[in-house]
Amino acid sequence: MANLKELSKNQERLTGGHRLCAGCGAGIVARQAMIAAGNTPVVVTSATGCLEVSTTIFPYTSWKTSFFHSAFENSAATCSGIETAYRSLKEQGKITEDIRFIAFGGDGGTYDIGLQSLSGAMERGHRMLYICYNNEAYMNTGIQRSGATPKGAHTTTAPAGKSQPGKEQNKKDLTEIMVAHHMPYVAQAYVGNWNDFITKVQKALAVDGPSFINILTPCRLGWNYKPEDTMSLARLAVETCIWPAFEVENGIYKINVIPKEKKSIEEFLKPQGRFKHLFKSENAHVLESIQKDVDLRWERLQRRASEACNI
Amino acid sequence: MIKTVYSKGKLVAKTGNEVMAEAMRQIEPDVVAAYPITPATEIVQIFSQFVADGVVKSKYVAVESEHSAMSATIAASAAGARAMTGTSSQGLCLMWEMLYIASGLRLPIVMAEVNRAISAPINIHGDQSDTMGARDSGWIQIYSENSQEAYDNMIQAIKIAEKAKLPVMVTTDGFIISHCMEVVELYPDQDVKIFIGDYKPGRYLLDTKRPYTLGSIDLQDYYFEHRYQLAQAMRDAKDIILEVAKDFEQAFGRKYDMYEKYQLDDADVAIVIIGSAAGTAKVVVNELRSKGIKAGLLKIRVFRPFPTEQIVRDLAHVKAIAVMDRADSCSGGFAPLYSDVVSSLYSAGVVTPKVENYVYGLGGREINTEHIAQIYDNLGKIVSGLQKSSNQVEYVNVRIK
Repeated sequence: MANLKELSKNQERLTGGHRLCAGCGAGIVARQAMIAAGNTPVVVTSATGCLEVSTTIFPYTSWKTSFFHSAFENSAATCSGIETAYRSLKEQGKITEDIRFIAFGGDGGTYDIGLQSLSGAMERGHRMLYICYNNEAYMNTGIQRSGATPKGAHTTTAPAGKSQPGKEQNKKDLTEIMVAHHMPYVAQAYVGNWNDFITKVQKALAVDGPSFINILTPCRLGWNYKPEDTMSLARLAVETCIWPAFEVENGIYKINVIPKEKKSIEEFLKPQGRFKHLFKSENAHVLESIQKDVDLRWERLQRRASEACNI
Repeated sequence: MIKTVYSKGKLVAKTGNEVMAEAMRQIEPDVVAAYPITPATEIVQIFSQFVADGVVKSKYVAVESEHSAMSATIAASAAGARAMTGTSSQGLCLMWEMLYIASGLRLPIVMAEVNRAISAPINIHGDQSDTMGARDSGWIQIYSENSQEAYDNMIQAIKIAEKAKLPVMVTTDGFIISHCMEVVELYPDQDVKIFIGDYKPGRYLLDTKRPYTLGSIDLQDYYFEHRYQLAQAMRDAKDIILEVAKDFEQAFGRKYDMYEKYQLDDADVAIVIIGSAAGTAKVVVNELRSKGIKAGLLKIRVFRPFPTEQIVRDLAHVKAIAVMDRADSCSGGFAPLYSDVVSSLYSAGVVTPKVENYVYGLGGREINTEHIAQIYDNLGKIVSGLQKSSNQVEYVNVRIK
């Protein structure tokens, strides 16, 4: 567990003054990840997206650590190139200090267009942490559906209309795809629990190999809620078991936050404009199917975690 | 036949791909990231064996695609490493987006590129459509007539890239050079290392004492200046290329320029051509010269930057010129090399030579001495008024209904 008093001594490497929206989760994710890294030098790469365009408007930068961006679909391949350069130069004695590597990507750059690059880099075993700040749609281009968009959500390319209640398909389970890479460390986290996320980043950076964190990151524009609700909304995703916080260390599952009382999905969906249409009577069946799916997945996750306890 | 020109040189029989890999072994970059593709596969295959055997200190990243190959190479270069890659055809196409980023970020990457036709239809043989498509990507392009040139060009490319702060692709014609065994003079490892020198990057990502942001978003207030600087760097690269060629001649004895002139100074008719077919054309020039016909040839070595002003001086006196392109632009007009040659002449006020455009050899289609002799014959007829100058692309050795 991270200690707030100790963390407060760590340097801030994402400064204020960036152009992310008020209430944006991505800035919180990046800032906390950098604080988690402590005073170890870190090189950051990012996919094209909100985080990148809002923090690096030339000739300014919000980053007090080396930051590199080249394209949308290649944050992982890019990070792997820098990590390889580091190993090469270190072996030759041209670099002496320890440096860590973090790649950021939104769900567009991670679940969809960047999945191949991510899979390749993880399979090759580079010592790098990939953090997907998952806001469940392509927010930078204006809220288009992604492979991470949940069923029923309204987006501009899978809109809610008269004959279609938003996105008709389930989101893909990227975290499980990463688990299938048999990496040393994979986790799901959420904005609104700094201790859980920072502890996960610290664990991931300590691993001698690839690691991956999928962090649910509310987007106040895309999800359509009040900017001050970012934290509470993400917590509701965990309390409804829509987005369980868990980690998989060397294949062993552990649920990090078990809700005292599992809330109904409506509590998470209702405050968000993107799910507004689901509360019309003709869409009751969609809500039902979402709840059923959440229950099934939650049970499956609990089984996996309890199997781990029995080992 | 290649002869030794360097006292410590060694003659060996090697394919184009093998000498490209040899050059990479001697350069010994910090990082190579690559993905296999016919006919360039051998280059990275041989190189990864060098890594596996501990012959080089380089790290090899066996990426999952050419897009990632170029991404990782760019990143390694930005990190402060000397970084190289290799590819061909579809691989180059998949890198497209990243090619522009490599040059836009002014990274001195060197790539071994084996020219191959692009799909569709799929074809694995040699033509220059792949790199000609990348001619506006901000990469220096150096083409090779044979394996010796490929080897020499690779060694020079490192110095050129690092001085010009531009990426460089060195190409060979697929199969014709890449898989053909020739006698090549190799130079001792140590001498090559001394020639290229150590790499000292200015600003780099792994310099933790001076962290910096690279790859920023650049809006209306800065983008245009940065793109201007890139275009200017390409213009400035002409002097750098000549300077490196001079150093190379001093070090190893072989002379290089932006292009090679062959019997050109007094020529009435001439061919402008790139790559391996120049060798075939030289044979034709010799035959024609023995008959008293003043035939000449200009072989482009450096296509980007294009030797605009220089080429005019050497072509202005020629009465009829055939520009031979091993790529078609599908522009409705003319092929790439032709457009550059003609705009160079016209912009300098030189309008007297008749300039014809021939597209040849797509997908590895045979080009032999008879085809080239026919082109010189056409030029001769145009000069004597027996044949009219063509105002469109002419195709060599293709069945057209």
